[in-house]
Amino acid sequence: MPQMKKTREGFGRALVELGRDNPDIVVLVGDLTDSTMVSFFAKEFPDRFIEMGVAEQNMMTAAAGLSLVGKIPFLATYGAFATCRCADQIRVTVCYSDLNVKIGGAHGGISVGPDGATHQALEEIAMMRVLPNMKVIVPCDFEETRKATLAAASIWGPVYIRFGREDVPCITDANTPFEIGKGNILRQGDDVAIVACGVMVHEALQAAETLAQKDVEARVIDLHTIKPIDRHLLIQAADDCGAVVTAEEHQIHGGLGGAVAEVLVRNRPVPMEFVAVDDRFGQSGNTVELMSVFGLTADHIVSAVNKVMARKTAKVY
Amino acid sequence: MERHLSVDRQSMLAAETTTMTRTNPYRLAIDQLTIKSLELRRDIITMLVEAKSGHTGGPMGFADIASALFFHEMVYDPKSPKWPGRDMWFFSMGHMTPIHYSALAEAGYFPLKDLMKFRKLDGHLQGHPSCLDTPGVEVSSGSLGQGLSIAFGAAYGSRMDGHPRRVYALLSDGEHEEGSTWEAAMAAGHYRMDNLCAIVDYNNIQIDGHVEDIMGLAPLGDKYRAFRWNVIEIDGHDITAIIGALEQARHCKGRPTVILARTVMGFPVSFMFDNFEWHGKPPKPEEGDRALAELGTSYAEWSARLLEN
Ligand SMILES: Cc1ncc(C[n+]2csc(CCOP(=O)(O)OP(=O)(O)O)c2C)c(N)n1
Ligand SMILES: [Mg+2]
Repeated sequence: MPQMKKTREGFGRALVELGRDNPDIVVLVGDLTDSTMVSFFAKEFPDRFIEMGVAEQNMMTAAAGLSLVGKIPFLATYGAFATCRCADQIRVTVCYSDLNVKIGGAHGGISVGPDGATHQALEEIAMMRVLPNMKVIVPCDFEETRKATLAAASIWGPVYIRFGREDVPCITDANTPFEIGKGNILRQGDDVAIVACGVMVHEALQAAETLAQKDVEARVIDLHTIKPIDRHLLIQAADDCGAVVTAEEHQIHGGLGGAVAEVLVRNRPVPMEFVAVDDRFGQSGNTVELMSVFGLTADHIVSAVNKVMARKTAKVY
Repeated sequence: MERHLSVDRQSMLAAETTTMTRTNPYRLAIDQLTIKSLELRRDIITMLVEAKSGHTGGPMGFADIASALFFHEMVYDPKSPKWPGRDMWFFSMGHMTPIHYSALAEAGYFPLKDLMKFRKLDGHLQGHPSCLDTPGVEVSSGSLGQGLSIAFGAAYGSRMDGHPRRVYALLSDGEHEEGSTWEAAMAAGHYRMDNLCAIVDYNNIQIDGHVEDIMGLAPLGDKYRAFRWNVIEIDGHDITAIIGALEQARHCKGRPTVILARTVMGFPVSFMFDNFEWHGKPPKPEEGDRALAELGTSYAEWSARLLEN
């Protein structure tokens, strides 16, 4: 059993590292200091930490103002509020002006659990990736979230990083490469490609183990950056495998699956299946139950692979 | 067009800001400011006649305040729009581009002839301001209710650096119906942003009618005072009063200042005066002629002046 850690802690720790390196790093929070884990930064750099209260729209645009005077603002709140609540601020002020605002969306996905639908962000990948200039990153574990946060500070422009609430298995380590816009192949295989992000990367690896027992070799791709998307890696995977399954903790419309499909239909159309939330809101429950009820487990990925393999064999696109 | 590049922090800090004098590049006296207001109004009518679309009434009413800000009060260098020592201003009401662009052109950010390409595909002056297209525009806007937040953030960051900059949030009365304006007002009061000055174009007009009829805003001064602001109420066409208020705001410590400037939409053109129908339409050529005649010039004369400079 791999070590378990929270992705949000990767965000919180990385902010402290950034703060030590760069005096321009500023952190804003909307009355969620502990749960977004910006508390580490707040403690070490109280002068560069701004409590904005429960006022996300003001927090977003204030971050824009801070970036205009040379700061690198990271703001943190729940992903559902960071994006939907401030959609217009992000569109007009942050993205249209191409400002250096970094948005940390905590409590992404159904795995948030008992708080229920309002707190389970399932739409933000779609919401954010449609905006010109925005980059969207959904890391899979503690280490990758840490690296994504560091990387976000090193490039110009708006970035949305999604992380989750629960402990999740550590898949990557300090030596795993991380570059914004470059997916990682975590397992080689030529029968089918499973493209996943966030916690679904671990499920994809487990699904691949199950499939291997039936002589189906799955390539598992950790597509942590959804925008800009790694076209080359995806086209290569479609070429080599001839079938693709995507897996994400997000609505089925407009998320990772949609982004991958947009690349493949124009370049290498192959049979595709989507493992995602089927156009419905979440609900309360514990994480394990919810992942199962909402169709987001390794078993669901295996079923999707079986379906896509049948279409591949029958040449049904 | 130059895109935003990461501001060089070293140059942000003290060295440069203290060695270059922080003063308005024109520092015009009252009588000259009055002439500048008139010129700005002539620019507005002329560019709108040429553009055949755009907002007339609000920009006309704001010309005296813009004159005082750009030609007396604010610190900037039109030849170096990103000069780190500058003050910052944010037109939260993006539809005020006719006065914003005229002021920028008259101040020397770009040639006056560019005003004749307002809202055109081959110009760099978008209908609502785009900072990636137009020098002197700090941030894109056009969706109301965001400017005070941006100004708050810029003021906060400037204060963190001990930068002497003043930040101006230029707001409309209509956008006080947006909740986000009040989120920002609350934060600025709470954090005692005395380097922040908001100016409200209090013309009591919005698209559908008079503000008091659409969504009662009074008593606006009491609202700001309750949010812990210093409030100054003036006649927004009295240049002496405007200059005085800006000066007073600069000296107020421990609180942000809001200047509630009573203005008249369309001022001083007779047929636009306090008429909300002039919020969002341009003058037709014959209306432009009448307006320019009231302003002591003609379309032929003033468009030639713009095109030659
Ligand atoms: C968020 C948002 N909602 C609606 C509009 C459309 N709109 C443009 S100006 C305006 C209100 C006009 O009132 P005011 O801002 O006081 O401008 P004035 O008429 O005085 O120039 C509206 C509703 C907008 N630009 N942004
Ligand atoms: Mg108004």
